[in-house]
Amino acid sequence: MTDVLTQSRPIRLKGRSFLALALTPELPFADWLARLDALASRSAGFFLRRPVVLDVEGLDIDRAQLRDLVSELSGRGVRVMGIEGARPSLLGADLPPAMSDGRATADIEPPTADQQTETTDKPEPVAALAPAPAPVQAMPSMVISEPVRSGQSIFFPDGDVTIVGSVASGAEVVAGGSIHIYGSLRGRAMAGTIGNASARIFCHKLEAELIAIDGLYKTADDMEAGLRGKPVQIWLEGETIKAATLG
Amino acid sequence: MGKVIVVTSGKGGVGKTTSSAALGAALAQNGDKVVVVDFDVGLRNLDLVMGAERRVVYDIVNVIQGEAKLTQALIRDKRVETLYLLPASQTRDKDNLTPEGVEKVIAALKSAFDWVICDSPAGIERGATLAMRHADVAIVVTNPEVSSVRDSDRIIGLLDSKTLKAENGERIEKHLLLTRYDAARAERGDMLKVDDVLEILSIPLLGIIPESMDVLRASNVGAPVTLADGRSAPALAYFEATRRLKGESLPVTLPGEKRGLLGKIFGRKAA
Repeated sequence: MTDVLTQSRPIRLKGRSFLALALTPELPFADWLARLDALASRSAGFFLRRPVVLDVEGLDIDRAQLRDLVSELSGRGVRVMGIEGARPSLLGADLPPAMSDGRATADIEPPTADQQTETTDKPEPVAALAPAPAPVQAMPSMVISEPVRSGQSIFFPDGDVTIVGSVASGAEVVAGGSIHIYGSLRGRAMAGTIGNASARIFCHKLEAELIAIDGLYKTADDMEAGLRGKPVQIWLEGETIKAATLG
Repeated sequence: MGKVIVVTSGKGGVGKTTSSAALGAALAQNGDKVVVVDFDVGLRNLDLVMGAERRVVYDIVNVIQGEAKLTQALIRDKRVETLYLLPASQTRDKDNLTPEGVEKVIAALKSAFDWVICDSPAGIERGATLAMRHADVAIVVTNPEVSSVRDSDRIIGLLDSKTLKAENGERIEKHLLLTRYDAARAERGDMLKVDDVLEILSIPLLGIIPESMDVLRASNVGAPVTLADGRSAPALAYFEATRRLKGESLPVTLPGEKRGLLGKIFGRKAA
């Protein structure tokens, strides 16, 4: 049996990651800017339309110096979207926001002189900078072999979570992928939180306080009463949360 | 070395202090040396339930702050000579309990007694976490109703993460003591069923204590229920719980039911 659980359209909150060009300035800035100018002179459009992040990790500078650097860069058409590795005291409302937890990708090749005409006329789209697809990796998963107690929070954005036991009222499980519960689900289960609409929730016994997939949620009150206490799977069809008994 | 037991629940008013006193007195009547420690600094009750309120001179805070020796603060029960009480302070607050101080006191008690029973305050704050910190065994006191069960579940989570044993990668032994069980209300379906509570909490059942006027009567005369009237239904249930605590395997009977009828249901081991 399949029931439509979603009538209204709640607001979606999602995470998303983008590829940015990370610049690592060196002291003294005047020399470094001269080298940057030399690079840009070979390809005037290189920084155009590219999100740029400044990595200032380990640089001994003050706020005025950082502000000068950012304005020097913007004078060259380089717009800084964020600053990585800066002490909180270094940043303020007048500077781009702090960024952290960046992940390295393949190096981006700087333009060479013979590429000049091409890149000047037609800047490469950002997507072309993406590294070659990584070799296929197994989806990471997390297995918990004890009950999740009230007040506990299991957070695993990287993949599926499997719980061999129950999830208590007042406990929550948040997964980037699907959630499998071999026990009663009495608390909250939120699957596909980083924008994975194909994630599902499976449980032996549905007594949940709240379920969510890809940011769309339903509270216990909105759930079909006939599904209570039954083994159930929950998935998303478009903007609609669907649920059906298992087996 | 003695065993350290914490009697805890999360929720208030479920019967932690009554159970601490009753189990302590029951263990001591077998000749074991028992001390019951009141961790409810600022809201102490154990001295009343044990009928020692007029004999308190020093308390656990005095001992921790070096104002009194442990032997000066311990009060020996007048009825059972192997039963002692370490009272809490009524005038101070729980900030006076320091982790180092509690560790020292528990270590000293452990070497002198067979059983150290820590009566935890309600809540999940400092007093409660310090009471459970050094425990070998936890008795989770729960009433058969949803808010008590959820709070107990929260406490079990803390027992598995915040105790010294848990931090050392060992497992703390946990038992469920279902108190204030009312056979008539259970019959009408006004209370959670024992099975439901066991399924939610999934820890082994130590005993079911019936709701009884005998408990109230015992508190009012300042005697643990196992001392006030050893033949009363709650006292018998506490005596049985004590035997299970010491490792005996007895079937748990529902108060008001014929013995053995439900043994099959409760004999099962919880996950």
